[in-house]
Amino acid sequence: MSLCTELVLDITYHQVKAPLFLVAQDLTLFCICVNVQSQPASLAAEDISTNSNGPKQDSLFDDDPEDLFAEATEEVSLDSPERDVLLSDGPSPAITPITPPTSVITPRIGHTHDDMFTHSSFDEIEEEEGGDSFDIHISVSDPEKVGEYMTSMSLFKRSEFAVKRRFSDFLGLHSKLASKYLHIGYIVPPAPEKSIVGMTKVKVGKEDQSSNEFVEKRRSALERYLMRTVKHPILLKDPDVLQFLESSELPRAVSTQALSSAGLLRMVNKAADAVNKMTIKMNESDAWFEEKQQHFENLDVQLRKLHTSVESLVCHRKELSVNTAQFAKSAAMLGNSEDHTALSRALSQLAEVEEKIDQLHQDQANADFYLFSELLGDYVRLLTAVKGVFDHRMKTWQKWQDSQMLLQKKREAEAKLQFTNKPDKLQQAKDEIKELEGKVQQGERDFEQISKTIRKEVSRFEKERVKDFKTIIIKYLESLVQTQQQLIKYWEAFLPEAKAIS
Amino acid sequence: MMQEGLDDGPDFLSEEDRGSTLPNFKQNEFSVVRQHEEFIWLHDSFVENEEYAGYIIPPAPPRPDFDASREKLQKLGEGEGSMTKEEFTKMKQELEAEYLAIFKKTVAMHEVFLCRVAAHPVLRKDLNFHVFLEYNQDLSVRGKNKKEKLEDFFKNVVKSADGVLVAGVKDVDDFFEHEKTFLLEYHNRVKDASAKSDRMIRSHKNAADDINRIASSLYTLGTQDSTDLCKFFLKVSELFEKTRKIEARIAADEDLKLADLLKYYLRESQAAKDLLYRRSRALVDYENANKALDKARAKNRDVLQAETSQQLCCHKFEKISESAKQELIDFKTRRVAAFRKNLVELAELELKHAKGNLQLLQGCLGILKGNT
Repeated sequence: MSLCTELVLDITYHQVKAPLFLVAQDLTLFCICVNVQSQPASLAAEDISTNSNGPKQDSLFDDDPEDLFAEATEEVSLDSPERDVLLSDGPSPAITPITPPTSVITPRIGHTHDDMFTHSSFDEIEEEEGGDSFDIHISVSDPEKVGEYMTSMSLFKRSEFAVKRRFSDFLGLHSKLASKYLHIGYIVPPAPEKSIVGMTKVKVGKEDQSSNEFVEKRRSALERYLMRTVKHPILLKDPDVLQFLESSELPRAVSTQALSSAGLLRMVNKAADAVNKMTIKMNESDAWFEEKQQHFENLDVQLRKLHTSVESLVCHRKELSVNTAQFAKSAAMLGNSEDHTALSRALSQLAEVEEKIDQLHQDQANADFYLFSELLGDYVRLLTAVKGVFDHRMKTWQKWQDSQMLLQKKREAEAKLQFTNKPDKLQQAKDEIKELEGKVQQGERDFEQISKTIRKEVSRFEKERVKDFKTIIIKYLESLVQTQQQLIKYWEAFLPEAKAIS
Repeated sequence: MMQEGLDDGPDFLSEEDRGSTLPNFKQNEFSVVRQHEEFIWLHDSFVENEEYAGYIIPPAPPRPDFDASREKLQKLGEGEGSMTKEEFTKMKQELEAEYLAIFKKTVAMHEVFLCRVAAHPVLRKDLNFHVFLEYNQDLSVRGKNKKEKLEDFFKNVVKSADGVLVAGVKDVDDFFEHEKTFLLEYHNRVKDASAKSDRMIRSHKNAADDINRIASSLYTLGTQDSTDLCKFFLKVSELFEKTRKIEARIAADEDLKLADLLKYYLRESQAAKDLLYRRSRALVDYENANKALDKARAKNRDVLQAETSQQLCCHKFEKISESAKQELIDFKTRRVAAFRKNLVELAELELKHAKGNLQLLQGCLGILKGNT
């Protein structure tokens, strides 16, 4: 049975200053709030998933009844600590990308820059006292499609709840999911990477712009990670995921150092390399897999290249902001020393315009990063997971082949034993053969299963990819539009001042 | 017109019609070829001429600087292997455009210098200026050799030290006292603003370059993708190609209207400071001559000599003071006019480009959203 669900996910965080002896622990706590709400069914139709576009050969599994989110729309609730309002309200905007763009915040505390990048969670940080925690607000809602789908989402015990989680908890969740699902062909979204430098600053309680930025990056990354995970129909039903979202106390994830997602991916990569080095000349009966692998290989290369360029843009845009601010100050000084009154005033106005523009550049740099750059970074990491499942399939095939070869050998040995007078050994051989036959059958089933799973997963992945890129790039372009509109406003205000110089 | 000289940079071909304004030329229209060094020679001849001590000498045009572009060209050559043919061609075209832009700018600055001289009531009559404009052979102005450069260096050291001493002398005249204070501060602040504007513009250029690379990557992605995204990427790539051209233009216009303006007034304010220095020097000389005259009278020895000397100093000082006052007033007028013109043009260009960008972005968004 299919369920129409709306999962609204929002993560905020609280920071605390750690006494030095506790530095070893990561005290940042993430608070996850889950909210179940109802939505009229009409919204589901506005879903921008590519179902409506009818994707080509990968559409085989669209109608799979197990695909919970076939018609799902996601919504991100951004601001409002008054999340209860969402419960009673009617339609809310249905379109959401994986990365909620409005959850981008300007690291400058207290700055009121409207429209684009307000996020109340930052205000919440200042209001709330106490622990370092991330709040995840997940709204699970249920568009009613009477008669077609079940209307209640029975996965969650309550409709609205909040939990606090540490960064290591997220890593722990990922390692569990990876160990359970990667080897059978599911593309498990990778968790954000640990960063020693950034984390140390936060632990030592260094309260400055760069450490704030670091925590915000992390918060945003965790939100996207969790969203991707819960959007996966199979993963959402996993008991570990449900426990992660719901239970008030989680057993502390142990030895996440060994099982960090980065570490895990490295292991996957090593396995991939090992597989490649073994001359597995897999008889690829299905050209589809070879084609897809090549496709993902190319995509990986290009995305990495693009990512590098975008990172460079972020860097230069930030530089531009800083340099513009410095120029503004300098222009103000020049205006002060200019002894022609009207010119002096105009120069001061120029300084003001440039100051506003520097803030504009800063905001644009944030959009460059949180929308564009992080999208690319996420997909580069996702592709590693994708490549991993293909490699697992090869390993599964190899295992099957090994069993088959072993069976062959045992049969030959048994045939030889027929002509000797060793009934015990003969029986043993027959037993072993029976066991091996079972193994070979299992191997074949496993291989077929993983192949089937991968086909489904890839289809889903590609659909998500198209949706993500379209949504986020459009949001990014909209941010560029806003910047230009602001620029026009500022320069239009300045022009008469310049003309007034006499 | 400008042609690339072999080693020392461009040669300047000046075509001028001076018939109406400068009657003592032999022909009405003529053209000569001049190198940068010859401009410097002309400027220095003004500076060294005692007759012109009371004028703001138009600042010499800066040396053409193609180093940055040459460096980029070299890097491009080295990196040829690592980029696609399209990328390479694109970057080469941009580099050529950049080169051309610097070229044009340099010509403009040399032109400004000549126009300033031609507009000055006294300097335009200078003989060297006429020779510069008319003599259609090489002026055989050699660059300064090491010894002369060293001499210049020491001269400057002495001058700055002297300038500090002289600046300490408080002027009786309010006008000049105010100008001195004003120019000192103004010069420093223009210097700072000029440096900061350069940095800002360079960041802008860097960002435009990044957008260029992004456009290329998106194009490749678009051609490779098998999903709906291929058209999407191609459209966005096309958009960024266009917007980055605009961003590059913005940086170029800011350079012309803002950075160059500040650089020019950095040089002019220095020239004005030099004038004030010369006047203060003359004042000190005058005061010293007075003291010498008093001494001579007291001793009743060489009185006539002292009197003549004192009169000369007085005359020199008064001549400089008179013309200096007018020069400084003109300087202010010119400065205000130049800033007004450039700031207005800057704002207009910024607006034009922002609107252009906005149109491109909205157009593309319309198409992308329509297809989604």
